[in-house]
Amino acid sequence: MSYGDRVRSIYQQQLSEIREAGIFKQERYIHSPQAADINVEFPAGADLQNVINICANNYLGLSSHPEVIKAAHEGLDTRGYGMSSVRFICGTQDIHRELEQKVTEFLGTEDTILFPSCMDANAGVFEAILTKDDIMISDRLVHASIVDGMRLCSAEHDTYKHGDMDHLEKKLQLFKDKRLRVIINDGVFSMDGDTAKLDEIVKLAEAYDAITFVDDSHSSGFIGRTGRGTHEKCGVIGKIDIITTTFGKALGGASGGCVSGRREIVEMCRQKARPYLFSNAMAPVIISGVLKALELLTRSTELRDKLEENASYWRKGLSDAGFILKKGDTPIVPVMLFNARLSQDFSRDLYKEGIYAIGFFFPVVAKGQARIRTQLSAGHEKHHLDKALEAFIKVGRKYEILGKTEQEIIERYGM
Amino acid sequence: MDELKDAILKYVIEEYAGEDDKITYDSALISSGLVDSFSMVSLKRFLEVKYKISIPDEDASPEAFDSVTKIADLVKRFTS
Repeated sequence: MSYGDRVRSIYQQQLSEIREAGIFKQERYIHSPQAADINVEFPAGADLQNVINICANNYLGLSSHPEVIKAAHEGLDTRGYGMSSVRFICGTQDIHRELEQKVTEFLGTEDTILFPSCMDANAGVFEAILTKDDIMISDRLVHASIVDGMRLCSAEHDTYKHGDMDHLEKKLQLFKDKRLRVIINDGVFSMDGDTAKLDEIVKLAEAYDAITFVDDSHSSGFIGRTGRGTHEKCGVIGKIDIITTTFGKALGGASGGCVSGRREIVEMCRQKARPYLFSNAMAPVIISGVLKALELLTRSTELRDKLEENASYWRKGLSDAGFILKKGDTPIVPVMLFNARLSQDFSRDLYKEGIYAIGFFFPVVAKGQARIRTQLSAGHEKHHLDKALEAFIKVGRKYEILGKTEQEIIERYGM
Repeated sequence: MDELKDAILKYVIEEYAGEDDKITYDSALISSGLVDSFSMVSLKRFLEVKYKISIPDEDASPEAFDSVTKIADLVKRFTS
């Protein structure tokens, strides 16, 4: 037997090391639709607990929205369950192209191509459009899927300090001999909740003849006055050359992603991007749901307005209580605890109080920067937020961190 | 040699170090995660421009760039 004791012990040893390092990931089973209130089985086999979910990417509360569900049912009934094909063989329905056109319209770009996920969009786009004569210059905090995409591409890559425009400019000068320069960013950085300075980045791109790339997964649908994304917030609609985004967060929360931007770049992806060429077309049921989600957002800004109010209320409540928060104005609100163990203990105690929020620590965030990342939703009502605030304050008091400085928390709990 | 190491150390600190990072000639750079492998390209380019050398890609390994001392040895090899 090739998979014998020797092979098995190699993996068992590695899994033990992950457990000992305290970074073993364990799933919690949700027995209800994704929403502000969910029924959770944790640990496996335990009785169900009704908790308030404050860590989903369900920013607009569309994951279980009745109109989205109805549209998905209609898509299932009229277009079937699956495509059993990649797009370019026999996997493209009229609604796939319709969604590409609607996304193009929504984001204010030239064209769009769908991918099975934004992870796939990021994995495929660089390799499709760049060669070894080009340079990719990324912010040092971009998402892991972008890092993977850059690794798959033959172009050279370099980084600049997070949000540091002077450093970016130096890098653009350093690589001015390259055929193409691409400046690569998240729109909203998912761990810190801050926003890329796209207005300044576009100016630098124009000055140094560079292409701009933004992953707007944590923005599309709710950042900017009408929810178009960080390019709307920064006043640069039409000036970002490549936007990747997901339908797995605010835009219905199911799955799927896209590359949207300059028409030649989109066409290059259609010809060369491997995750597009070699994986199935998005299922019709999801396409139908996303189309409805976009229609709802185009019809009214009510949901993104409510999300903005919720985020503002939540941030003020935590701040007034004496927690240290990462600065920002997005629905991602990281509560800083600095110590990895404390972040895990804090999360466990919150759960006991009926609040579902997860602690993040190294290597997901930098050493000594452990935190509880909270994410707001338009699906939250004020009573959800008040109950969650009450729980945070109770647990914060238990660990005596309210009103304490970073230095004081680190002195007590360590890095 | 110290002049060479100092110049490299200064660049590494300015380019990569955070407020709390204490970097010496022998601090691990790549293997410690302080310098990610993506950022090696600008370090290599800095060395090539400043010391008027050309470092072949096969010599620009993460191991060869893992400390200021090792980088200085690499530069010396291509300047001598």
